Formats: sequence, structure tokens, C-alpha cells
Amino acid sequence: MTTAVGATAAVKVEEKLFHNRYLVDAGRPHIQVRPHETPSKALLSMTRLCPANCYSQTDTGQVEVTPDGCLECGTCRIVCAQTADIVWEYPRGGFGVLFKFG
Amino acid sequence: MVDAKFDVIVVGAGPSGNAAAYTMAKQGLKVLQLERGEYPGSKNVQGAILYANALEQIIPDFREDAPLERHVIEQRSWMLDDTSYVGMHYRSDDFNEEKPNRYTIIRAQFDKWFSGKVREAGATVLCETTVKELIRNDRGRVIGVKTDREDGAVMADMVVLAEGVNGLVGHRSGLRSELKPDTVALAVKEMHFLPREVIESRFNLKGDEGVVIEAMGAVTSGMTGTAFLYTNQESISVGIGCIVSDFQESGETPYGLLERFKNHPAIRPLLEDSEVKEYAAHLIPEGGYKAIPQLYGDGWLIVGDAGQFVNAVHREGSNLAMTTGRVAGETIARLKRRGEDFSAENLAEYRRRLEDSFVMKDLKKYRNIPSFLHKSKHLFDTYPRLLSKAAQTWLRVDGVDKVSKEKEIIGAFRKSRKWSGLLSDAFNLARAWR
Repeated sequence: MTTAVGATAAVKVEEKLFHNRYLVDAGRPHIQVRPHETPSKALLSMTRLCPANCYSQTDTGQVEVTPDGCLECGTCRIVCAQTADIVWEYPRGGFGVLFKFG
Repeated sequence: MVDAKFDVIVVGAGPSGNAAAYTMAKQGLKVLQLERGEYPGSKNVQGAILYANALEQIIPDFREDAPLERHVIEQRSWMLDDTSYVGMHYRSDDFNEEKPNRYTIIRAQFDKWFSGKVREAGATVLCETTVKELIRNDRGRVIGVKTDREDGAVMADMVVLAEGVNGLVGHRSGLRSELKPDTVALAVKEMHFLPREVIESRFNLKGDEGVVIEAMGAVTSGMTGTAFLYTNQESISVGIGCIVSDFQESGETPYGLLERFKNHPAIRPLLEDSEVKEYAAHLIPEGGYKAIPQLYGDGWLIVGDAGQFVNAVHREGSNLAMTTGRVAGETIARLKRRGEDFSAENLAEYRRRLEDSFVMKDLKKYRNIPSFLHKSKHLFDTYPRLLSKAAQTWLRVDGVDKVSKEKEIIGAFRKSRKWSGLLSDAFNLARAWR
């Protein structure tokens, strides 16, 4: 199944998010990562699990989040619930992703 | 923010919240519905199939103006390996009836329509308002909610939590425990647009007829999950979902999985030349009967996804949402009419009525399925591959005699699962299905 594997490797999530409509609440991110030296396994897994690819690892090994393209699915909230790595709130009313079709 | 006091506040404007708000407003209750999205539907994601029966019991003539896409006349259930599918199809002209049973819908449009009905029925609907927490009196009874608006407290005799799978209000108020990664699925979905004639010729459809494809198998790399493809009028909804803990263990990405499904040789030609207009993700509560939380207390009750009302085996959820919303609304309206208190004792009627309905009966029937699926990963990988190989062995005409072919097929099953494995799989499935 070489074609599909090739296609998978080339997935650009940013291109997918480009189709969506957002109202970003500038300066008020609704997800925040607690300061840490070494990320927990759960937090690190979010760099792969987040469907909007909002999580990334810095050169020094910490995990950071940029929730502008967040789809508000809540996966990170549940995965990181035990370790309390993140603070997850709903965006303020009216902000965040606005699904045209859902 | 709102001076008046309400009989009931409904948190959320999805199918369960709309069903509850509509039912109560119709019966004359003073209802306030709060929704955090810009418009009802803007935060909601579903495949989506609408089950007419659940909506008919709330709005009997909904077909007159609801934004319906296509009525479903054909169901294709596929087991995939990398290059094939083994399928069961059911198509019937009987589904071309005056009042069809299932429709494809686009949730953002449908939810807006439903919300319009809620307003017409007399409820006050306030969007762009996020509920932060419940307000309780000194005896612990819920008497209102705090929102993120200025002076954002609103009081009511009763609060209905229709806040969906990520129900932060109920969770943070200690009404139910947090979802577990092994009982919740993450689904991703895209909307692919095509001219309606193209959809109709690709899927062998006329007029508003529609097709549903549900698929499982190698496409999820052994994870517990399913994929889907639904035909709308001028678009195709395509998506895939797997249990979150399986994603954690597998090394797969959700979007990688979606691409793999879209590129499967059986799916790719159906989507060819389409224009993608949206990419969405959502959680689905799949813990079933055993994961249902306490559903009511003094001054509050829970409906829809927030209460785990999803039948994962049959891919049903919105009908359970609407039914729990309607039953909750009817229970509350009846107590109000009789001048009875919204106490936990009186609201227990809600759960009793659900136990008598298909909602709890179906969830109870499948109560052991979530743990069965969790322990039976080969259902999603080994068996689809074996079935495909068997079909191919049987269908290829290559000079090998049929008795030898039968032996080869049976041998392949025995080799990968052994007799004991095959028997225990069948036994466990039968027991969980019961």
C-alpha cells in the first residue's frame, strides 16, 4: 500500500485548516501548557494526536501549544487529564472555530 | 445580563438541547437556552445521519422545511484490507417512501433550522455565551448558571445540561467524572464538494436518493474504529474515528488515517476531483451503558452526549440525543404543570422513562461491547484480511480444484487464529452481543 503511506507522510494539516473559518481571540489562548522541563508521555503524544497539529516540541524539548487552528475536539484535555499538563477552557463565547458544515 | 428569572436554562444548542428547549417552550415554560458558538451548530460536528423517528416525535412535520440532504436508500458495510473490501450492501426501493426513515444532513444547517423552531416555540436563545459554572444554594441545589458575559449570572428553577461530549460545566461541578481515553473516540472528517449529477452517477442515485458507506478494517491499523462516507446533495462527508487510547498506543495520526482511507482504492474514485471545503474533528463518547453518569439531581439533569448517550455499534447518537432531550423536557414540563418540585426524587422519572425506551434498552443490550472490542483487536485487522483472502481464493479461477480451495481458506483462518481463538472470538462476541 505504498501510495497511501506516501500520501500519509505528505499530509499538511495547515492546508486542511486553511479551509476552515475561525475567529481567533487574539492574546487569549484557550489552551495553555503548564511550564515544564521534560514533557510527560501524555503531553508529548499530543504532538502526534492533535488533529489540528497545534502541539509541537521546541529545540530544547518542551512541548508548546498554538491553539489558533484548534478544532475544539477536546482530545488533549482528556489525554492530559491525569497529568494536568494543560489548562483547557472553552474559547470565549463566539470565538474559536466556526464550522460552516460541521 | 438577563434580568428575568427562567423556569429552565438549557446549556447547549445541539440536538439534545434543542429537543429539550423546544419541548418545554411548546408546553409554555419560560426557557433560556445558552450556546457558546456564534450560531447554533457552529461548534457541532456529526457524520451526519438524521433518524427521522426521533425528530418526528418532536416536530411531526419537520420534512416541510428542514434542510435535509438525501434520504438513504442504500447501506454499504465494508470490511477493508489494503486493496479490497468484502461488503454487505442493502438497497431497497422501499426506502423511497413518503416519509423516509433516514436522511443525510449537514449539521451546521440543520442545527440552525432546529434552533429557529426553538425560538418560534417561544424560548429565548442566546448565542456567543459560554456557561462557566453552576450556581447552587446552600443546600447544594442548582439555581442558575454563571456565564462569561458581563454580570453573567442567570437564575432558573432548573438547569438542563446539553453541553456535549466536552461537558466542562457538569464535569467541573462534580456531577460526573472525566472521560477516559479508552472509552472515547476521536473522529476527523472532511467535506468534499462535487456537482450533484456527478454524485448521482457515481453512486447510482436518482433525485434525492442517498448512499451510506460504513467501513472497518485494515485502514485503522488494528485500532478499534470505523470510517464512513455519506452522500449529501452536492457534497460527500468522509471521515474516520478510533478510540483515543488506541491512537496513543499506535503511533498513527488522525489526519494520516483520514488520508489513508481517502486513498483506499475503493474510496479514491468516489472522491475524485472533489473540492474540500472543511476539515473537522470531534470526540464521540463510546463507553456505553456502563459509562452513563448520574443523570439528575436537585435542580439539574443531563441529556445527549454529555450523558454518554451513543450507541457505538449502530452508529446512533443524534437520535438518542433528541430522545433524551425530549423525555427530559416532558418530565420537567409535567412537574411544572403539577406544581411539583424539581427535586432529584421527582426528576428520577426522567431515568425511569429512558429505561422504558429504546435508549436504555439498546445501551443495556450492548453494555459489554466496549470492553469486548477493546480486547479483540484482530476484529479490525486479522478478520478483514482473512475474509478478503478467502474471497479472492474462492473467486479466482486458476485450475485449482474447489476442495483444495476450501482447505486453503479454512487453513488460513486456523493458522492465524487457531480453532480455540476462532471459537473464543465467536463466543465472546455472542456473549457481548446478547
